[in-house]
Amino acid sequence: MRAIISVVGKDRPGILAFVANECASNNVNIIDVSQTVLSDMFTMIMTCDVNTSIFTIFKESLEQKGNQQALIIHVMHEDIFNAMHKI
Amino acid sequence: MVNSNNILETIHMIDEEDLDIRTITMGISLLDCADANIDIACAKIKKKIMTLAKDLVKVGDEIARDYGIPIINKRISVTPISLLQSVSGGDCVKYAIALDECAKALNVNFIGGYSALVQKGMTKGEKELIGSIPEALKVTEHVCASVNVGSTKAGINMDAVELMGRIVHESARVTADKNCIGACKLVVFCNAVEDNPFMAGAFHGISEPEVVINVGVSGPGVVRSALAKAGKNKSMDEIAEIIKKTAFKITRMGQLVGNLASEKLNVPFGIVDLSLAPTPAIGDSVAYILEEMGLEQCGGPGTTACLAMLNDAVKKGGVMASSSVGGLSGAFIPVSEDAGMIAACRSGALSLEKLEAMTAVCSVGLDMIVVPGDTSATTISGIIADEAAIGMVNSKTTAVRIIPAIGHDDEEELEFGGLLGSGPIMKISKVKCDDMIKRKGRIPAPLQSLKN
Repeated sequence: MRAIISVVGKDRPGILAFVANECASNNVNIIDVSQTVLSDMFTMIMTCDVNTSIFTIFKESLEQKGNQQALIIHVMHEDIFNAMHKI
Repeated sequence: MVNSNNILETIHMIDEEDLDIRTITMGISLLDCADANIDIACAKIKKKIMTLAKDLVKVGDEIARDYGIPIINKRISVTPISLLQSVSGGDCVKYAIALDECAKALNVNFIGGYSALVQKGMTKGEKELIGSIPEALKVTEHVCASVNVGSTKAGINMDAVELMGRIVHESARVTADKNCIGACKLVVFCNAVEDNPFMAGAFHGISEPEVVINVGVSGPGVVRSALAKAGKNKSMDEIAEIIKKTAFKITRMGQLVGNLASEKLNVPFGIVDLSLAPTPAIGDSVAYILEEMGLEQCGGPGTTACLAMLNDAVKKGGVMASSSVGGLSGAFIPVSEDAGMIAACRSGALSLEKLEAMTAVCSVGLDMIVVPGDTSATTISGIIADEAAIGMVNSKTTAVRIIPAIGHDDEEELEFGGLLGSGPIMKISKVKCDDMIKRKGRIPAPLQSLKN
């Protein structure tokens, strides 16, 4: 399934690497990444392919690990964004 | 590919602006559970509900987790129990207890349908059910009751209006030790809808299928925030456009969740109820939307006009977003559940009379209003009759859910807990209507042409 990972937090080196590593170790394939830094705030949106069977564990683990590093991470099914923003 | 701003907007709506799915409600027909023996009927009801709704909460939680959308309530609505009571006779409260046991076992928030539709007249079973409402609401926790006393086609059944004044009063009296919570779970309708997913007025109408999933969305906080961002210089038609766009997005989320729930539960999808349902959470208030439009406080001059525009824009935005729209659809104005309404009542800006005017242009009616404990049953009947008249003449749903604060001082506030919130006691006219209510009978159905 397609999932969207959003990451928001204070900018510092290694945020993208941290998320990418988590993805790699869970066999999650990254399809698209966009990131910006605005007034010191790091914002990244990542589209990826996650095996449905591990989605819940991956989501909970990444959101929790992000939290420990003062990052707000959401892992959500892509369909919610398609539903809300595409006619 | 969805762009980053849209993704962040959605996340912001959920995290900061209290966007959520207010309820997934499973409607279940109990017509095949009718039996001449009430105990057998109750056993059939339990078996049917426990089978059909066994995965409702699990599926709701799964969707909430995977899609990151909070789903606040999972509820069940059933066929009006008065129909089963008409077949079985006996102690009607047994049905309420059976429904409550199902709700507890399934972990759903509410179960609605302890109801009777008596807009034209009452059968023996319907009279028995209505008479049992105070006791049923006292001995159960999750059961909600509703009675439809009028419609545009049938007029208003004043016998039922008179009776319901006493039943509302009694429901509050028997639960006086629990902040009169009984009256919070009882709605008196005119033009009740059959596919409403919201409580306390949900029931599964007789024209509905065997089982169905209906979804109620929320999102006053999102609308208010969109208006705040637009600033004070936009004209009314421009902010109506903003509300439409926001309502579209909210409703699309409701449609998605409805489709998913329907697929996972293998139950047909019914409708999305396009409602702005407030919660006591700060910011998640319909009153604040009206204030964002430029009112100093909700209840002042201009309130009805702003509410009319809001209600209409929500529907226009939502209709295109969903394949099937129904239920009550519009902006709710439950006083105790809305931080802005509570504040307006406390300051005296919002009166019962103004609320009545507002109900002519909004989704439902006088909702979650606490009135003094010494309010007589006939005065409550008078309020019900007024509200039903607004619904009857304007071909819209109206309702009354008022709570006489029996055993409480007029200065007190009643705390109901959870989504029901808390309410200050509102002032009410002392002018009596006893003789009018005692006339009973029927108010004939209104003319449907020559409308002015």
